Amino acid sequence: MEEIGAPVGRRVMLGMIGLGAAGVAFGAKLQGGLDSALSAVSSKDPTGVTGLLPGGGGFRFYSVASSIPHRSETDYRLKVSGLVDKAATYRLSDLRAMPQTRMVRDVQCVTGWRVDNTPFEGVKLSHLLDLAGVRDEATAVRFTCFDGAYSESLTLKQARRDDVIVALKIQGQPVTNAHGGPVRLYVAPMYFYKSAKWLSGIEVTKGVEPGYWEHYGYDVDAWVGRSNGRSDDST
Amino acid sequence: MTPPDKAATGRRIRRFTPAEHWVHRTTSALMLICLVTAAMLYLPALAEIVGRRRLVVTVHEWAGIMLPVPVLAGLASRAFRHNLKLLNRFASYDWSWLRDAIRRRPESLRLAGKFNAGQKVYASFAAGAALVMIGTGLMMWFPNMVVVTLRTGATFVHDWLALAIGAVVIGHIWMAARDPEARLGMRTGFVTPQWVRDHHPKWQHDGAAEDSQVKDKPRTPAA
Repeated sequence: MEEIGAPVGRRVMLGMIGLGAAGVAFGAKLQGGLDSALSAVSSKDPTGVTGLLPGGGGFRFYSVASSIPHRSETDYRLKVSGLVDKAATYRLSDLRAMPQTRMVRDVQCVTGWRVDNTPFEGVKLSHLLDLAGVRDEATAVRFTCFDGAYSESLTLKQARRDDVIVALKIQGQPVTNAHGGPVRLYVAPMYFYKSAKWLSGIEVTKGVEPGYWEHYGYDVDAWVGRSNGRSDDST
Repeated sequence: MTPPDKAATGRRIRRFTPAEHWVHRTTSALMLICLVTAAMLYLPALAEIVGRRRLVVTVHEWAGIMLPVPVLAGLASRAFRHNLKLLNRFASYDWSWLRDAIRRRPESLRLAGKFNAGQKVYASFAAGAALVMIGTGLMMWFPNMVVVTLRTGATFVHDWLALAIGAVVIGHIWMAARDPEARLGMRTGFVTPQWVRDHHPKWQHDGAAEDSQVKDKPRTPAA
C-alpha cells in the first residue's frame, strides 16, 4: 500500500463548497464593491480586457436569433401599423428628421449587469403614435424585430411615457449592429429585455401580447427593481 | 538518471483500467462542452457570431448537470474507487512535493505516489468546483426557487469560478501536453517502469504480477 495520510482531497473539496456557499450568501454585496473597483480600472484600460471580467462593466451581447441581421440606410424600414388611423413606413432619414430626444439613464439587465449613465438619443415613441393616430379600442403596442425572432410589447400607457424612445444613437454614436442598430427601442424604466433590438415594426393592438422572453417566464411589466423578483435600484 | 534497465524496456505497468479511461474521456468531453458554451454565452465577440442563445443555454445546462455522472458510474469499478482513495490522501512527501513545486525545483527531485500532489490538488479542486458550479447553476436555471440576493450571489460565484476553472483546465492540458507518456498512460492504460521511476517513484504498483501477466499473454512486443 502507498503511504496513506490525511484526507486533504476531501478537505479541499469541502472547503470549496463552503467558500461557494459563502460566495452565494455575500456575493451580492461583494459584486457591488467589485463593480465600482472594476469600472474604475476598465475606464483606464486600453486593452478592454477588464471589461470581460464578471461585473467589469459594459454591455453584454444577447441575441436569440441565429445570426445578426443587417439593415442599412437604404433597406431599413420601420412600419407603424395595427389599430391606427394612418399606418406609415419610415426610412432612417425620416426618423432623423423628427424631433430628437436625448436621455442619460442607466441600463439594467435582468441577469444582473448594469451600465450607468448611458446616453440614448432618438424619437419619442409617443410622437410616432401621435402621428399614426391611435384608435380608441387599442390598449397596447407590440414590437417586432428584423432578426425574425424577437418581439416585445408595452401597454399604451407605458408606451406613451416620456422615457420610452425609438433610439437612433447610443453613447453619442449611431446604434451599431451589435447593439441592435440601426434602430432599437429604449424603455428606460424597465429591464433591458424590453428594449428590443433591430426594431422594424410597431403594431398597435387590442391587448398586450407577451414578448419573446416573456414566454419563458419573464415579467411583462418589467419595471426595474419591482419585477422579475429583483430589487435593483431604479434606472 | 540511471540508465534504463535493458531487460525492462518491453515491460509495461498498468496505470489505468478501461473504466478509468472512460471516466476521464466522458468527464473531459462534458467539461469542454461546458467551457465552450460558457464562452459563447459570455464573450461578446463569440456571442455575436454564434447567437442562438436559448439553444446554447440548454446545451450548457445539460452538459453541466451531467458532469458528475461519469464519476458516479465509475464508482462501480474497484480500480477507480482505489484511485479516489489515493487522490484523497496526502502522504508526507506530498507536502514536500507542493513546497518544491512552488520553489520550482525540478520534478525529478520530487517524490510522488501513483498520483503526485499536484494531481491530487487538481482532482479535489475539480470535484469541489463541479459541485459548486452545479449548485449555483441550478439557482440560475430555476430562478424562482431562491430569493434575488442569493441569485445575484450565485451568478457572482458562477462567473468567477468559471474563469478559475478555465485557467486551471488550460493548465491541466498544458501539463499533459508536456508529458507524452502520461497521455499514453491515460489512453492505453500502460506506462513504462522507467517513467514510473522518474515521475511516481513511491507508487506501490503490483508491477510484478502485471509483468508476468504481460509475459503470459504478450500484449506488448517482447524485448
